[in-house]
Amino acid sequence: MTITEKILAAHTGKKYVSPGDLIDARVDLALGNDITAPLAIEAFERIGAKKVFHRDRVVLVPDHFTPAKDILSAEQCQVLRRFAKAHRLSHFFEIGEAGIEHVLLPEKGLVLPGDLVIGADSHTCTYGALGAFSTGVGSTDLGAAMATGRLWLKVPESLKLIYFGKLKPWVSGKDLILFTIGDIGVDGALYQAMEFSGEAIRALSMASRFTMANMAIEAGGKNGIIEPDGITLNYIKPRAKRSYRLYRSDPEAHYADVREYDVSRINLQVALPHIPSNVKDVREVGRIEIDQVVIGSCTNGHLEDLRVAARILRGKKIAPSLRLIVIPATQEIFRQALREGLIEIFLSAGAVVSPATCGPCLGGHMGVLAEGERALATTNRNFRGRMGHAESEIYLSGPAVAAASAVKGRICHPEEVLRKGA
Amino acid sequence: MKLEGRIWKFGSDVDTDAIIPARYLNQSDPKELARHVMEDERPDFFQKVRRGDILLAGKNFGCGSSREHAPLALKAAGISCIIARSFARIFYRNGLNLGLPLLESSEASEEIREGDRVRVDLTTGEIFDVTQQKRFFANPIPAFMQELIRDGGLIAHLQKRGAKGKRQSSNPD
Ligand code: SF4
Repeated sequence: MTITEKILAAHTGKKYVSPGDLIDARVDLALGNDITAPLAIEAFERIGAKKVFHRDRVVLVPDHFTPAKDILSAEQCQVLRRFAKAHRLSHFFEIGEAGIEHVLLPEKGLVLPGDLVIGADSHTCTYGALGAFSTGVGSTDLGAAMATGRLWLKVPESLKLIYFGKLKPWVSGKDLILFTIGDIGVDGALYQAMEFSGEAIRALSMASRFTMANMAIEAGGKNGIIEPDGITLNYIKPRAKRSYRLYRSDPEAHYADVREYDVSRINLQVALPHIPSNVKDVREVGRIEIDQVVIGSCTNGHLEDLRVAARILRGKKIAPSLRLIVIPATQEIFRQALREGLIEIFLSAGAVVSPATCGPCLGGHMGVLAEGERALATTNRNFRGRMGHAESEIYLSGPAVAAASAVKGRICHPEEVLRKGA
Repeated sequence: MKLEGRIWKFGSDVDTDAIIPARYLNQSDPKELARHVMEDERPDFFQKVRRGDILLAGKNFGCGSSREHAPLALKAAGISCIIARSFARIFYRNGLNLGLPLLESSEASEEIREGDRVRVDLTTGEIFDVTQQKRFFANPIPAFMQELIRDGGLIAHLQKRGAKGKRQSSNPD
Protein backbone atom coordinates (compact mmCIF):
# COMPACT_ATOMS: atom_id res chain seq x y z
CA MET A 1 0.00 0.00 0.00
CA THR A 2 0.96 3.64 -0.40
CA ILE A 3 1.33 5.91 2.61
CA THR A 4 -2.09 7.40 1.83
CA GLU A 5 -3.74 3.98 1.69
CA LYS A 6 -2.07 2.92 4.93
CA ILE A 7 -3.30 5.95 6.84
CA LEU A 8 -6.82 5.53 5.47
CA ALA A 9 -6.83 1.82 6.32
CA ALA A 10 -5.68 2.57 9.86
CA HIS A 11 -8.56 5.01 10.32
CA THR A 12 -11.10 2.53 9.07
CA GLY A 13 -9.96 -0.35 11.22
CA LYS A 14 -9.00 -2.38 8.17
CA LYS A 15 -5.80 -4.14 7.28
CA TYR A 16 -6.09 -3.19 3.68
CA VAL A 17 -7.86 -0.66 1.47
CA SER A 18 -7.48 -0.06 -2.23
CA PRO A 19 -8.27 2.81 -4.59
CA GLY A 20 -11.98 3.22 -5.26
CA ASP A 21 -13.08 1.75 -1.91
CA LEU A 22 -15.69 3.85 -0.15
CA ILE A 23 -14.76 3.97 3.50
CA ASP A 24 -16.22 5.42 6.66
CA ALA A 25 -13.14 6.84 8.32
CA ARG A 26 -12.37 8.08 11.80
CA VAL A 27 -11.23 11.72 11.82
CA ASP A 28 -8.44 12.92 14.11
CA LEU A 29 -8.99 16.61 13.58
CA ALA A 30 -11.74 18.71 11.97
CA LEU A 31 -11.09 22.33 11.03
CA GLY A 32 -13.29 25.26 10.06
CA ASN A 33 -12.74 28.98 9.43
CA ASP A 34 -14.81 32.15 9.52
CA ILE A 35 -16.23 31.53 6.03
CA THR A 36 -16.96 27.82 6.19
CA ALA A 37 -17.68 27.15 9.86
CA PRO A 38 -20.93 29.15 10.11
CA LEU A 39 -22.53 26.87 7.51
CA ALA A 40 -20.99 23.84 9.19
CA ILE A 41 -22.39 24.86 12.54
CA GLU A 42 -25.79 25.25 10.89
CA ALA A 43 -25.48 21.73 9.48
CA PHE A 44 -24.33 20.44 12.89
CA GLU A 45 -27.44 21.90 14.49
CA ARG A 46 -29.75 20.63 11.77
CA ILE A 47 -28.52 17.09 12.36
CA GLY A 48 -29.68 17.61 15.91
CA ALA A 49 -26.21 17.06 17.34
CA LYS A 50 -25.76 18.28 20.90
CA LYS A 51 -22.05 17.68 21.36
CA VAL A 52 -18.93 17.78 19.24
CA PHE A 53 -17.24 14.40 18.96
CA HIS A 54 -14.22 15.58 20.92
CA ARG A 55 -13.58 19.07 22.19
CA ASP A 56 -9.81 18.85 21.54
CA ARG A 57 -10.32 17.71 17.98
CA VAL A 58 -12.53 20.41 16.52
CA VAL A 59 -10.48 23.49 15.63
CA LEU A 60 -11.94 26.84 14.62
CA VAL A 61 -9.73 29.57 13.18
CA PRO A 62 -11.22 32.86 12.06
CA ASP A 63 -8.57 33.98 9.57
CA HIS A 64 -10.07 34.98 6.23
CA PHE A 65 -11.74 38.30 6.98
CA THR A 66 -10.00 38.99 10.31
CA PRO A 67 -9.52 41.28 12.10
CA ALA A 68 -13.19 41.53 11.10
CA LYS A 69 -13.37 43.72 8.00
CA ASP A 70 -17.05 44.61 8.26
CA ILE A 71 -20.17 43.92 10.29
CA LEU A 72 -21.15 40.75 8.47
CA SER A 73 -17.64 39.30 8.89
CA ALA A 74 -17.69 40.22 12.55
CA GLU A 75 -20.96 38.34 12.91
CA GLN A 76 -19.51 35.27 11.23
CA CYS A 77 -16.60 35.32 13.69
CA GLN A 78 -19.12 35.69 16.47
CA VAL A 79 -20.86 32.49 15.39
CA LEU A 80 -17.53 30.65 15.76
CA ARG A 81 -16.71 32.30 19.07
CA ARG A 82 -20.08 31.38 20.56
CA PHE A 83 -19.90 27.83 19.31
CA ALA A 84 -16.36 27.43 20.65
CA LYS A 85 -17.51 28.66 24.04
CA ALA A 86 -20.68 26.61 24.16
CA HIS A 87 -18.78 23.42 23.30
CA ARG A 88 -15.71 24.34 25.32
CA LEU A 89 -13.44 23.82 22.33
CA SER A 90 -9.78 23.68 23.30
CA HIS A 91 -8.67 25.23 20.04
CA PHE A 92 -10.34 28.43 19.04
CA PHE A 93 -7.82 31.02 17.99
CA GLU A 94 -8.63 34.67 18.40
CA ILE A 95 -6.62 37.38 16.63
CA GLY A 96 -3.49 38.07 18.64
CA GLU A 97 -2.69 34.40 19.00
CA ALA A 98 -3.91 33.22 15.64
CA GLY A 99 -2.90 33.29 12.03
CA ILE A 100 -3.68 31.55 8.79
CA GLU A 101 -5.05 28.14 9.71
CA HIS A 102 -2.73 26.00 7.60
CA VAL A 103 0.40 27.54 9.04
CA LEU A 104 -1.05 27.85 12.53
CA LEU A 105 -2.15 24.24 13.07
CA PRO A 106 1.25 22.66 12.39
CA GLU A 107 2.97 25.42 14.39
CA LYS A 108 0.78 24.61 17.40
CA GLY A 109 1.48 20.91 17.03
CA LEU A 110 -2.16 20.11 16.34
CA VAL A 111 -1.47 17.99 13.26
CA LEU A 112 0.89 15.04 13.53
CA PRO A 113 2.23 12.36 11.20
CA GLY A 114 -0.24 9.57 10.50
CA ASP A 115 -3.28 11.74 11.33
CA LEU A 116 -6.43 11.92 9.28
CA VAL A 117 -7.41 15.58 9.10
CA ILE A 118 -10.31 17.21 7.34
CA GLY A 119 -10.94 20.91 7.03
CA ALA A 120 -13.59 23.01 5.40
CA ASP A 121 -10.93 24.75 3.39
CA SER A 122 -9.39 23.40 0.24
CA HIS A 123 -5.81 24.01 1.38
CA THR A 124 -6.22 21.60 4.26
CA CYS A 125 -4.07 19.39 2.04
CA THR A 126 -1.07 21.37 3.40
CA TYR A 127 -0.61 19.02 6.37
CA GLY A 128 0.33 16.16 4.08
CA ALA A 129 3.82 17.64 4.35
CA LEU A 130 3.94 16.08 7.83
CA GLY A 131 3.04 12.61 6.60
CA ALA A 132 -0.64 12.98 7.49
CA PHE A 133 -3.65 12.38 5.28
CA SER A 134 -5.45 15.68 5.10
CA THR A 135 -8.02 16.94 2.70
CA GLY A 136 -10.45 19.78 2.14
CA VAL A 137 -14.19 19.26 2.38
CA GLY A 138 -17.25 21.49 2.37
CA SER A 139 -19.22 22.82 5.29
CA THR A 140 -21.82 20.05 5.37
CA ASP A 141 -19.11 17.42 5.62
CA LEU A 142 -17.43 19.42 8.36
CA GLY A 143 -20.70 19.81 10.26
CA ALA A 144 -21.32 16.08 10.08
CA ALA A 145 -17.74 15.27 11.10
CA MET A 146 -17.88 17.68 14.04
CA ALA A 147 -20.85 15.69 15.29
CA THR A 148 -19.75 12.17 14.47
CA GLY A 149 -15.96 12.27 14.24
CA ARG A 150 -16.29 10.38 10.99
CA LEU A 151 -16.35 11.02 7.27
CA TRP A 152 -17.05 8.96 4.18
CA LEU A 153 -14.16 8.97 1.76
CA LYS A 154 -13.25 7.32 -1.47
CA VAL A 155 -9.75 5.90 -1.34
CA PRO A 156 -7.84 7.81 -4.02
CA GLU A 157 -5.39 6.40 -6.48
CA SER A 158 -1.89 7.70 -5.87
CA LEU A 159 0.32 9.62 -8.24
CA LYS A 160 4.01 9.37 -7.41
CA LEU A 161 6.12 12.41 -8.17
CA ILE A 162 9.84 11.84 -7.80
CA TYR A 163 12.19 14.81 -7.62
CA PHE A 164 15.93 14.34 -7.93
CA GLY A 165 19.00 16.52 -8.37
CA LYS A 166 20.10 19.69 -6.63
CA LEU A 167 18.07 22.91 -6.49
CA LYS A 168 19.38 26.01 -8.23
CA PRO A 169 19.93 29.12 -6.11
CA TRP A 170 16.68 30.81 -4.95
CA VAL A 171 14.55 27.93 -6.22
CA SER A 172 12.14 26.64 -3.56
CA GLY A 173 9.21 24.32 -3.05
CA LYS A 174 6.96 26.91 -4.69
CA ASP A 175 8.87 26.63 -7.96
CA LEU A 176 8.76 22.83 -7.88
CA ILE A 177 5.02 22.73 -7.32
CA LEU A 178 4.30 25.45 -9.91
CA PHE A 179 6.44 23.56 -12.41
CA THR A 180 4.58 20.34 -11.60
CA ILE A 181 1.16 21.96 -12.01
CA GLY A 182 2.34 23.46 -15.27
CA ASP A 183 3.34 19.97 -16.34
CA ILE A 184 0.26 17.96 -15.31
CA GLY A 185 -2.40 20.70 -15.43
CA VAL A 186 -5.02 21.93 -12.96
CA ASP A 187 -6.82 18.60 -13.13
CA GLY A 188 -3.69 16.51 -13.61
CA ALA A 189 -4.18 14.82 -10.24
CA LEU A 190 -7.99 14.97 -10.09
CA TYR A 191 -9.28 12.70 -7.29
CA GLN A 192 -5.71 11.47 -6.70
CA ALA A 193 -3.21 11.50 -3.88
CA MET A 194 -0.04 13.33 -4.90
CA GLU A 195 2.92 11.68 -3.25
CA PHE A 196 5.99 13.90 -3.38
CA SER A 197 9.17 11.92 -3.01
CA GLY A 198 12.81 11.61 -4.00
CA GLU A 199 16.13 12.99 -2.80
CA ALA A 200 15.24 16.58 -3.66
CA ILE A 201 12.15 16.40 -1.45
CA ARG A 202 14.15 14.88 1.38
CA ALA A 203 16.53 17.83 1.08
CA LEU A 204 13.70 20.39 1.28
CA SER A 205 13.00 22.46 4.37
CA MET A 206 9.73 21.95 6.21
CA ALA A 207 8.46 25.30 4.89
CA SER A 208 9.06 24.29 1.28
CA ARG A 209 7.37 20.94 1.90
CA PHE A 210 4.30 22.68 3.29
CA THR A 211 4.23 24.90 0.21
CA MET A 212 4.23 21.89 -2.10
CA ALA A 213 1.54 19.94 -0.27
CA ASN A 214 -0.47 23.16 0.02
CA MET A 215 -0.85 23.43 -3.74
CA ALA A 216 -1.79 19.79 -4.42
CA ILE A 217 -5.36 21.06 -4.69
CA GLU A 218 -4.28 23.34 -7.55
CA ALA A 219 -3.64 20.18 -9.56
CA GLY A 220 -7.02 18.77 -8.49
CA GLY A 221 -5.44 16.43 -5.92
CA LYS A 222 -7.37 15.04 -3.00
CA ASN A 223 -4.28 15.24 -0.83
CA GLY A 224 -0.58 15.85 -1.13
CA ILE A 225 1.72 13.77 1.03
CA ILE A 226 5.38 13.41 1.92
CA GLU A 227 6.82 10.51 3.90
CA PRO A 228 8.01 11.76 7.29
CA ASP A 229 11.79 11.81 7.89
CA GLY A 230 14.33 13.48 10.17
CA ILE A 231 13.31 16.96 9.06
CA THR A 232 9.66 16.17 9.85
CA LEU A 233 10.60 14.83 13.27
CA ASN A 234 12.72 17.86 14.10
CA TYR A 235 9.67 19.96 13.41
CA ILE A 236 7.20 17.71 15.21
CA LYS A 237 9.08 16.70 18.35
CA PRO A 238 9.05 20.02 20.22
CA ARG A 239 5.39 20.54 19.27
CA ALA A 240 3.61 17.21 19.66
CA LYS A 241 1.43 16.74 22.70
CA ARG A 242 0.08 13.33 21.75
CA SER A 243 1.45 10.21 20.11
CA TYR A 244 1.79 9.81 16.37
CA ARG A 245 2.67 7.19 13.78
CA LEU A 246 5.04 7.29 10.88
CA TYR A 247 3.92 5.58 7.68
CA ARG A 248 5.85 4.88 4.51
CA SER A 249 4.79 3.54 1.14
CA ASP A 250 5.68 -0.07 0.43
CA PRO A 251 8.26 -0.53 -2.33
CA GLU A 252 5.72 -2.59 -4.28
CA ALA A 253 2.85 -0.12 -3.76
CA HIS A 254 0.72 0.53 -6.82
CA TYR A 255 0.57 3.96 -8.45
CA ALA A 256 -1.75 5.32 -11.14
CA ASP A 257 1.31 7.02 -12.60
CA VAL A 258 4.91 7.85 -11.71
CA ARG A 259 6.64 11.00 -12.88
CA GLU A 260 10.21 12.13 -12.40
CA TYR A 261 11.61 15.63 -12.32
CA ASP A 262 15.24 16.68 -12.41
CA VAL A 263 15.11 19.74 -10.17
CA SER A 264 18.53 20.95 -11.29
CA ARG A 265 16.76 21.92 -14.52
CA ILE A 266 13.90 23.80 -12.87
CA ASN A 267 14.30 27.57 -12.78
CA LEU A 268 12.30 30.11 -10.81
CA GLN A 269 8.68 29.87 -11.93
CA VAL A 270 5.83 32.31 -12.43
CA ALA A 271 2.18 31.42 -13.06
CA LEU A 272 0.50 33.87 -15.42
CA PRO A 273 -3.20 34.79 -15.33
CA HIS A 274 -5.75 33.30 -14.93
CA ILE A 275 -4.92 29.72 -14.03
CA PRO A 276 -2.14 28.24 -11.87
CA SER A 277 -1.00 25.88 -14.65
CA ASN A 278 -0.11 28.79 -16.94
CA VAL A 279 3.49 28.58 -15.78
CA LYS A 280 6.69 30.03 -17.23
CA ASP A 281 10.35 30.34 -16.33
CA VAL A 282 10.74 33.83 -14.80
CA ARG A 283 13.26 34.72 -17.52
CA GLU A 284 10.68 34.04 -20.20
CA VAL A 285 7.75 36.12 -19.00
CA GLY A 286 8.86 39.27 -20.81
CA ARG A 287 8.34 42.75 -19.45
CA ILE A 288 5.42 42.72 -17.03
CA GLU A 289 4.97 45.78 -14.87
CA ILE A 290 3.10 45.34 -11.64
CA ASP A 291 1.14 47.53 -9.25
CA GLN A 292 1.24 45.41 -6.15
CA VAL A 293 3.27 42.61 -4.60
CA VAL A 294 1.89 40.42 -1.83
CA ILE A 295 4.19 38.21 0.23
CA GLY A 296 2.18 35.99 2.53
CA SER A 297 -0.63 33.39 2.60
CA CYS A 298 -0.79 29.77 3.70
CA THR A 299 1.50 28.97 0.77
CA ASN A 300 4.38 31.34 1.41
CA GLY A 301 3.84 33.24 4.64
CA HIS A 302 6.33 31.12 6.59
CA LEU A 303 9.28 32.59 8.47
CA GLU A 304 11.61 31.10 5.87
CA ASP A 305 9.73 32.93 3.10
CA LEU A 306 10.08 36.23 4.94
CA ARG A 307 13.80 35.57 5.43
CA VAL A 308 14.23 35.01 1.71
CA ALA A 309 12.34 38.22 0.91
CA ALA A 310 14.36 40.17 3.47
CA ARG A 311 17.64 38.95 2.00
CA ILE A 312 16.65 40.61 -1.25
CA LEU A 313 15.01 43.71 0.19
CA ARG A 314 17.72 44.56 2.72
CA GLY A 315 18.89 48.13 2.10
CA LYS A 316 16.69 48.47 -0.99
CA LYS A 317 13.61 50.48 -1.82
CA ILE A 318 10.63 49.17 -3.69
CA ALA A 319 9.75 50.77 -7.02
CA PRO A 320 7.98 54.09 -6.49
CA SER A 321 4.89 53.08 -8.44
CA LEU A 322 4.37 49.88 -6.52
CA ARG A 323 2.77 48.75 -3.27
CA LEU A 324 4.29 45.91 -1.25
CA ILE A 325 2.22 44.08 1.36
CA VAL A 326 3.94 41.59 3.63
CA ILE A 327 1.78 39.27 5.72
CA PRO A 328 3.45 36.96 8.21
CA ALA A 329 1.17 33.91 8.33
CA THR A 330 0.92 33.72 12.11
CA GLN A 331 1.40 35.94 15.09
CA GLU A 332 4.37 33.79 16.12
CA ILE A 333 6.05 34.26 12.74
CA PHE A 334 5.43 37.99 13.02
CA ARG A 335 7.16 38.09 16.42
CA GLN A 336 10.10 36.04 15.22
CA ALA A 337 10.44 38.24 12.12
CA LEU A 338 10.46 41.25 14.41
CA ARG A 339 13.21 39.73 16.57
CA GLU A 340 15.30 38.96 13.51
CA GLY A 341 14.95 42.48 12.17
CA LEU A 342 13.02 41.37 9.08
CA ILE A 343 10.09 43.67 9.75
CA GLU A 344 12.46 46.64 9.92
CA ILE A 345 13.90 45.67 6.53
CA PHE A 346 10.40 45.47 5.00
CA LEU A 347 9.33 48.81 6.44
CA SER A 348 12.53 50.53 5.34
CA ALA A 349 12.01 49.19 1.85
CA GLY A 350 8.58 50.80 1.76
CA ALA A 351 6.33 47.85 2.53
CA VAL A 352 3.32 47.68 4.79
CA VAL A 353 3.25 44.74 7.17
CA SER A 354 -0.18 43.34 7.89
CA PRO A 355 -1.36 41.32 10.84
CA ALA A 356 -1.73 37.61 10.10
CA THR A 357 -4.74 37.15 7.83
CA CYS A 358 -5.71 35.68 4.49
CA GLY A 359 -6.64 39.20 3.45
CA PRO A 360 -5.84 39.91 -0.19
CA CYS A 361 -5.20 36.25 -1.09
CA LEU A 362 -8.92 35.80 -1.68
CA GLY A 363 -9.72 39.42 -2.39
CA GLY A 364 -11.07 39.79 1.13
CA HIS A 365 -9.41 42.95 2.42
CA MET A 366 -5.96 44.46 3.09
CA GLY A 367 -5.01 44.94 -0.55
CA VAL A 368 -7.89 44.31 -2.96
CA LEU A 369 -7.13 45.14 -6.62
CA ALA A 370 -8.80 47.80 -8.76
CA GLU A 371 -9.83 47.36 -12.38
CA GLY A 372 -6.84 46.87 -14.64
CA GLU A 373 -4.32 46.39 -11.81
CA ARG A 374 -1.69 43.71 -11.80
CA ALA A 375 -0.38 41.90 -8.75
CA LEU A 376 2.42 39.44 -8.19
CA ALA A 377 1.63 37.30 -5.17
CA THR A 378 3.19 34.38 -3.33
CA THR A 379 -0.32 32.96 -2.93
CA ASN A 380 -1.71 29.88 -4.67
CA ARG A 381 -4.51 30.90 -7.01
CA ASN A 382 -4.67 33.42 -9.81
CA PHE A 383 -8.24 32.89 -10.97
CA ARG A 384 -9.90 35.86 -12.61
CA GLY A 385 -11.10 38.31 -10.01
CA ARG A 386 -9.76 36.38 -7.03
CA MET A 387 -7.91 39.39 -5.59
CA GLY A 388 -10.47 41.98 -6.49
CA HIS A 389 -11.87 43.40 -9.71
CA ALA A 390 -12.73 40.88 -12.42
CA GLU A 391 -10.48 42.85 -14.77
CA SER A 392 -7.39 42.66 -12.59
CA GLU A 393 -4.53 40.20 -13.03
CA ILE A 394 -2.66 37.95 -10.63
CA TYR A 395 0.77 36.41 -11.20
CA LEU A 396 2.07 33.78 -8.78
CA SER A 397 5.65 33.16 -7.68
CA GLY A 398 7.81 32.27 -4.71
CA PRO A 399 9.11 34.90 -2.26
CA ALA A 400 12.43 35.51 -4.03
CA VAL A 401 10.87 36.56 -7.33
CA ALA A 402 8.18 38.53 -5.47
CA ALA A 403 10.69 40.54 -3.45
CA ALA A 404 12.96 41.20 -6.42
CA SER A 405 10.02 42.26 -8.57
CA ALA A 406 8.87 44.68 -5.90
CA VAL A 407 12.22 46.44 -6.23
CA LYS A 408 12.17 46.52 -10.01
CA GLY A 409 8.47 47.26 -10.45
CA ARG A 410 8.29 44.46 -12.97
CA ILE A 411 8.56 40.68 -12.77
CA CYS A 412 12.24 39.73 -12.61
CA HIS A 413 14.83 37.26 -11.39
CA PRO A 414 16.48 38.08 -8.01
CA GLU A 415 19.89 38.29 -9.69
CA GLU A 416 18.77 41.38 -11.56
CA VAL A 417 18.33 43.13 -8.23
CA LEU A 418 21.31 41.72 -6.36
CA ARG A 419 23.85 42.07 -9.14
CA LYS A 420 24.39 45.79 -9.20
CA GLY A 421 25.66 47.40 -6.04
CA ALA A 422 24.09 44.85 -3.73
CA MET B 1 -35.92 10.89 -10.39
CA LYS B 2 -36.41 12.92 -13.57
CA LEU B 3 -35.60 16.53 -14.34
CA GLU B 4 -36.12 18.78 -17.31
CA GLY B 5 -34.66 22.20 -17.98
CA ARG B 6 -32.93 24.67 -20.24
CA ILE B 7 -29.18 24.52 -20.68
CA TRP B 8 -26.67 27.16 -19.63
CA LYS B 9 -23.32 26.28 -21.14
CA PHE B 10 -19.94 27.15 -19.61
CA GLY B 11 -16.36 26.23 -20.48
CA SER B 12 -13.70 24.22 -18.64
CA ASP B 13 -12.03 24.88 -15.28
CA VAL B 14 -14.81 27.15 -14.01
CA ASP B 15 -13.48 27.95 -10.53
CA THR B 16 -15.32 28.66 -7.30
CA ASP B 17 -14.19 32.31 -7.39
CA ALA B 18 -16.08 32.61 -10.68
CA ILE B 19 -19.15 30.83 -9.28
CA ILE B 20 -19.31 33.01 -6.19
CA PRO B 21 -16.59 35.61 -5.55
CA ALA B 22 -15.16 35.74 -2.04
CA ARG B 23 -16.32 39.33 -1.58
CA TYR B 24 -19.81 37.92 -0.95
CA LEU B 25 -18.69 35.30 1.54
CA ASN B 26 -19.00 37.48 4.61
CA GLN B 27 -22.43 35.86 4.97
CA SER B 28 -24.04 32.61 3.88
CA ASP B 29 -27.68 33.32 3.11
CA PRO B 30 -28.47 31.22 0.00
CA LYS B 31 -30.79 33.86 -1.49
CA GLU B 32 -28.18 36.58 -1.11
CA LEU B 33 -25.47 34.32 -2.58
CA ALA B 34 -27.72 33.41 -5.53
CA ARG B 35 -27.96 37.09 -6.45
CA HIS B 36 -24.23 37.11 -7.27
CA VAL B 37 -23.79 33.66 -8.74
CA MET B 38 -21.53 33.66 -11.84
CA GLU B 39 -21.59 37.44 -11.78
CA ASP B 40 -18.01 38.04 -12.97
CA GLU B 41 -18.39 35.43 -15.67
CA ARG B 42 -21.87 36.45 -16.91
CA PRO B 43 -23.27 39.51 -15.21
CA ASP B 44 -26.89 38.81 -16.25
CA PHE B 45 -26.92 35.14 -15.24
CA PHE B 46 -28.98 35.59 -12.10
CA GLN B 47 -31.55 37.73 -13.89
CA LYS B 48 -32.06 35.18 -16.62
CA VAL B 49 -31.72 31.80 -14.95
CA ARG B 50 -35.02 30.07 -14.21
CA ARG B 51 -35.93 27.43 -11.66
CA GLY B 52 -35.12 23.99 -13.04
CA ASP B 53 -32.46 25.14 -15.51
CA ILE B 54 -29.47 22.86 -16.02
CA LEU B 55 -25.86 23.92 -16.08
CA LEU B 56 -23.49 22.32 -18.58
CA ALA B 57 -19.71 22.64 -18.34
CA GLY B 58 -16.42 21.25 -19.58
CA LYS B 59 -13.78 19.61 -17.43
CA ASN B 60 -12.91 20.29 -13.78
CA PHE B 61 -16.05 22.27 -12.91
CA GLY B 62 -15.87 23.93 -9.49
CA CYS B 63 -12.11 23.83 -9.05
CA GLY B 64 -10.54 25.96 -6.36
CA SER B 65 -11.85 26.55 -2.90
CA SER B 66 -13.98 24.29 -0.76
CA ARG B 67 -16.67 26.94 -0.30
CA GLU B 68 -19.98 25.15 -0.21
CA HIS B 69 -21.43 28.57 -0.97
CA ALA B 70 -20.73 27.74 -4.64
CA PRO B 71 -23.16 24.81 -5.10
CA LEU B 72 -25.47 26.45 -2.57
CA ALA B 73 -25.65 29.63 -4.67
CA LEU B 74 -26.27 27.67 -7.87
CA LYS B 75 -28.99 25.64 -6.23
CA ALA B 76 -30.63 28.71 -4.73
CA ALA B 77 -30.54 30.40 -8.14
CA GLY B 78 -32.67 27.55 -9.45
CA ILE B 79 -30.12 25.21 -11.07
CA SER B 80 -31.53 21.69 -10.78
CA CYS B 81 -28.59 19.66 -12.02
CA ILE B 82 -25.08 20.10 -13.39
CA ILE B 83 -23.66 18.08 -16.26
CA ALA B 84 -19.91 18.34 -16.88
CA ARG B 85 -17.08 16.43 -18.39
CA SER B 86 -15.57 16.23 -14.90
CA PHE B 87 -15.89 17.93 -11.53
CA ALA B 88 -13.29 19.13 -9.06
CA ARG B 89 -13.56 16.72 -6.17
CA ILE B 90 -14.56 19.01 -3.30
CA PHE B 91 -17.25 20.60 -5.44
CA TYR B 92 -18.51 17.13 -6.34
CA ARG B 93 -18.80 16.16 -2.69
CA ASN B 94 -20.41 19.44 -1.75
CA GLY B 95 -22.97 19.24 -4.53
CA LEU B 96 -24.04 15.75 -3.59
CA ASN B 97 -24.02 16.59 0.11
CA LEU B 98 -26.48 19.39 -0.66
CA GLY B 99 -28.60 17.08 -2.78
CA LEU B 100 -27.65 18.81 -6.05
CA PRO B 101 -27.30 16.12 -8.72
CA LEU B 102 -24.04 16.12 -10.69
CA LEU B 103 -23.53 14.04 -13.80
CA GLU B 104 -20.34 13.38 -15.74
CA SER B 105 -20.46 12.85 -19.50
CA SER B 106 -17.86 14.01 -22.04
CA GLU B 107 -20.23 13.61 -25.00
CA ALA B 108 -23.07 15.53 -23.39
CA SER B 109 -20.62 18.20 -22.27
CA GLU B 110 -19.46 18.66 -25.84
CA GLU B 111 -22.60 18.21 -27.93
CA ILE B 112 -25.39 19.80 -25.95
CA ARG B 113 -25.80 23.48 -26.84
CA GLU B 114 -26.70 26.58 -24.89
CA GLY B 115 -30.47 26.95 -24.64
CA ASP B 116 -31.29 23.31 -25.51
CA ARG B 117 -34.06 21.64 -23.53
CA VAL B 118 -32.71 18.60 -21.76
CA ARG B 119 -34.34 15.78 -19.83
CA VAL B 120 -32.30 13.93 -17.23
CA ASP B 121 -33.06 10.63 -15.55
CA LEU B 122 -30.94 10.43 -12.42
CA THR B 123 -31.62 6.78 -11.79
CA THR B 124 -30.42 5.55 -15.16
CA GLY B 125 -28.02 8.43 -15.90
CA GLU B 126 -29.77 9.06 -19.21
CA ILE B 127 -29.49 12.58 -20.60
CA PHE B 128 -31.87 13.37 -23.46
CA ASP B 129 -31.45 16.54 -25.49
CA VAL B 130 -35.04 17.26 -26.56
CA THR B 131 -34.00 20.09 -28.90
CA GLN B 132 -31.44 18.04 -30.82
CA GLN B 133 -33.15 14.69 -30.19
CA LYS B 134 -29.86 13.21 -28.96
CA ARG B 135 -29.32 10.77 -26.16
CA PHE B 136 -26.29 10.52 -23.86
CA PHE B 137 -25.40 8.41 -20.86
CA ALA B 138 -23.62 9.76 -17.80
CA ASN B 139 -21.28 7.68 -15.70
CA PRO B 140 -23.56 6.16 -13.11
CA ILE B 141 -23.61 7.84 -9.70
CA PRO B 142 -22.29 5.36 -7.09
CA ALA B 143 -25.16 3.67 -5.23
CA PHE B 144 -23.99 5.13 -1.94
CA MET B 145 -24.25 8.66 -3.32
CA GLN B 146 -27.61 8.00 -4.96
CA GLU B 147 -28.80 7.21 -1.47
CA LEU B 148 -27.55 10.61 -0.29
CA ILE B 149 -29.34 12.40 -3.11
CA ARG B 150 -32.54 10.43 -2.51
CA ASP B 151 -32.46 11.40 1.15
CA GLY B 152 -32.04 15.05 0.10
CA GLY B 153 -28.37 15.50 0.99
CA LEU B 154 -26.04 14.45 3.78
CA ILE B 155 -27.83 16.24 6.60
CA ALA B 156 -31.22 14.80 5.75
CA HIS B 157 -29.49 11.44 5.34
CA LEU B 158 -27.96 11.69 8.82
CA GLN B 159 -31.23 12.92 10.32
CA LYS B 160 -32.97 9.95 8.83
CA ARG B 161 -30.38 7.59 10.18
CA GLY B 162 -30.22 9.42 13.50
CA ALA B 163 -26.59 10.56 13.15
CA LYS B 164 -25.66 7.02 14.00
CA GLY B 165 -21.99 7.99 13.95
CA LYS B 166 -22.47 9.46 17.41
CA ARG B 167 -22.19 6.01 18.84
CA GLN B 168 -18.65 5.83 17.55
CA SER B 169 -17.46 9.03 19.11
CA SER B 170 -14.36 7.68 20.81
CA ASN B 171 -11.24 9.00 19.21
CA PRO B 172 -8.17 7.20 20.52
CA ASP B 173 -4.76 8.59 19.69
S1 SF4 C 1 -4.20 32.26 2.66
FE1 SF4 C 1 -5.48 32.20 0.84
S2 SF4 C 1 -5.45 30.10 0.14
FE2 SF4 C 1 -4.66 30.13 2.23
S3 SF4 C 1 -6.42 29.68 3.52
FE3 SF4 C 1 -6.29 31.88 3.33
S4 SF4 C 1 -7.57 32.43 1.57
FE4 SF4 C 1 -7.20 30.25 1.48
